[in-house]
Amino acid sequence: MSFAISMGGFVAIYLFMVTAFAGWVIIGGVPAILHTPLMSGSNFVHGIVVVGGIFTLLNASSGAEQAIGFVAVLLGAGNVAGGFTVTQRMLAMFQTSGHAGAHHAQQHKRAKGAKGAASAVVKPIARKKA
Amino acid sequence: MMITLSQLLIGSVDLVAAFLLMFGLWRMASPVTAPSGILVAGVGMAAAVLASFFYVFDIEAAAKPYLMLNIGLAAAALLLGGGLAWWGGRKVAITAMPQAVALFNGMGGGAAGSIAAVELFGGRTHGAAQIIVTLLGALIGSVSFSGSIIAWAKLDSLLKKPLHVPGLQVFNGLVLLLAILAGAYLVVVDTAGVAPLLPKPELIEIFFAIALVYGILMTLPIGGADMPVVISVFNAFTGLAVGLEGFVLQNPALMIAGMLVGAAGLLLTLLMARAMNRSVAKILFASFGPGTKRKQGAIKGSLKPVQASDAGIFMRYAKSVIIVPGYGLAVSQGQGKLYDFVKLLQAAGVSVKFAIHPVAGRMPGQMDVLLAEAGVPYDLIEQLADINDAFKDADVALVIGANDVVNPEARTDKTSPIFGMPILDADQAKKCYVVKRGDGKGYAGIVNPLFYADNTFMVYGDAAAVCVSMAEAVRGLGAPAAAA
Repeated sequence: MSFAISMGGFVAIYLFMVTAFAGWVIIGGVPAILHTPLMSGSNFVHGIVVVGGIFTLLNASSGAEQAIGFVAVLLGAGNVAGGFTVTQRMLAMFQTSGHAGAHHAQQHKRAKGAKGAASAVVKPIARKKA
Repeated sequence: MMITLSQLLIGSVDLVAAFLLMFGLWRMASPVTAPSGILVAGVGMAAAVLASFFYVFDIEAAAKPYLMLNIGLAAAALLLGGGLAWWGGRKVAITAMPQAVALFNGMGGGAAGSIAAVELFGGRTHGAAQIIVTLLGALIGSVSFSGSIIAWAKLDSLLKKPLHVPGLQVFNGLVLLLAILAGAYLVVVDTAGVAPLLPKPELIEIFFAIALVYGILMTLPIGGADMPVVISVFNAFTGLAVGLEGFVLQNPALMIAGMLVGAAGLLLTLLMARAMNRSVAKILFASFGPGTKRKQGAIKGSLKPVQASDAGIFMRYAKSVIIVPGYGLAVSQGQGKLYDFVKLLQAAGVSVKFAIHPVAGRMPGQMDVLLAEAGVPYDLIEQLADINDAFKDADVALVIGANDVVNPEARTDKTSPIFGMPILDADQAKKCYVVKRGDGKGYAGIVNPLFYADNTFMVYGDAAAVCVSMAEAVRGLGAPAAAA
């Protein structure tokens, strides 16, 4: 059994197909309230391109290749770092309003500890599907 | 072929990283788990980036003499690009986040394009399939790069007006065709061994130049109101380009993460376009806004300005108020002050709800983020479909810095560029206050008849300042228990 990664055309297409389906399903039930953070989050995820940039730069064997490889890593790193901070800042706000939702739920004597907070927060999804 | 230890290490770490990225994105799709989702994805990303330095043990023979320099360059690029973006991402205002996302997304597209450039210039592709995939990734990545930068400039108000030149769409189509032809010619030259008309590096340069120009040209005519959809399209583009380059580099982590974002971004785009009742094709390939010259029907009525304090006091004695926030609120950073005012109303027994249009602001969900920042509880925030029927029973609709999303023309006027877009029925409330900085038109560049309606009153001023005045006026009335 070989662990070496080499992927022919059809295997790659199968991988693309399954992954595309997974991406579609993952986003499928998302409430509108998360559209912006999710766009930002998926923006962060494709920052993985920086790994390809590093691979390319390490294998560069001419000045031109080094220059372009440098740009690839520079831009990829920007995608990763910027995508992470922006997404994290946006989602941190949802965390605080999750607590606000819990307070509200407690006022209505619906809260059951941490689960109360969860149910208050999840409500938009339930409404959307109804 | 024996696998080396470093390959095994990179392979295992990338496998875990790919799982964490996928799992993180899944957690980000639900409000409860979202904050931890980005952390999970972040751990996966950090592991993959660190592990990628193990590539030094398996580099090509030709690159060996440059190894130390290349490692230094990679570390410098990581620190410089990562550091600058980290600092920028920390510093950027919540209102400017759509631009920031556009910019960082463009960087990803540029990185994918650069990787493709190295592969192409270095002649590293083998066979027709590989060069076609490389070129496709290069085209999509480059378009995403230059297009995202234009989108960023538009959202940042560096570029004010959408460009409207007759026949531009046809011209753009020809430019795209040219890029595809240049790519096809490169494939033929590469695989059939035909002697090229120009040296190959120059052909590749021309191919990239056309692709970059196409990205600019396709984004320039698109109006600002459609920018969220455009950013989402480019986000999916970058994902796709990353996935394709991942195939070229034979890196499954890139393939999975890229394709995941490609599919997720496509669905997000469709969801947003559906919320605006516009087809994605129309947004990308048809002009929107003032370019399509049309005569707007004569508007009856007049603009009736009132003082912020009067509006505030009126709402204090209303039974129910529905607030429609828009981009103007975000610009003035008035969300906290608005919530202060809302708390005063609630203390006086007024029922207050926030009505969020799916595309309010410059990005779907931007208003939700903004109100969340101010600490407004979720259950006060209602989406369009859930609250629209409540407007006709509401005493007051308070429109703050929103315009096109409450334009009744979208219901009735077939010639309107926003015809068919679902709107919030603020005009059906008994009274409507509109907080605006001036008489300007909305992003779609059209006059809003709601502002001239008999029951609509205009409160001119910066949204934050108006909220402060309204709150002061209500406080001036004394303790809430005194009335109602």
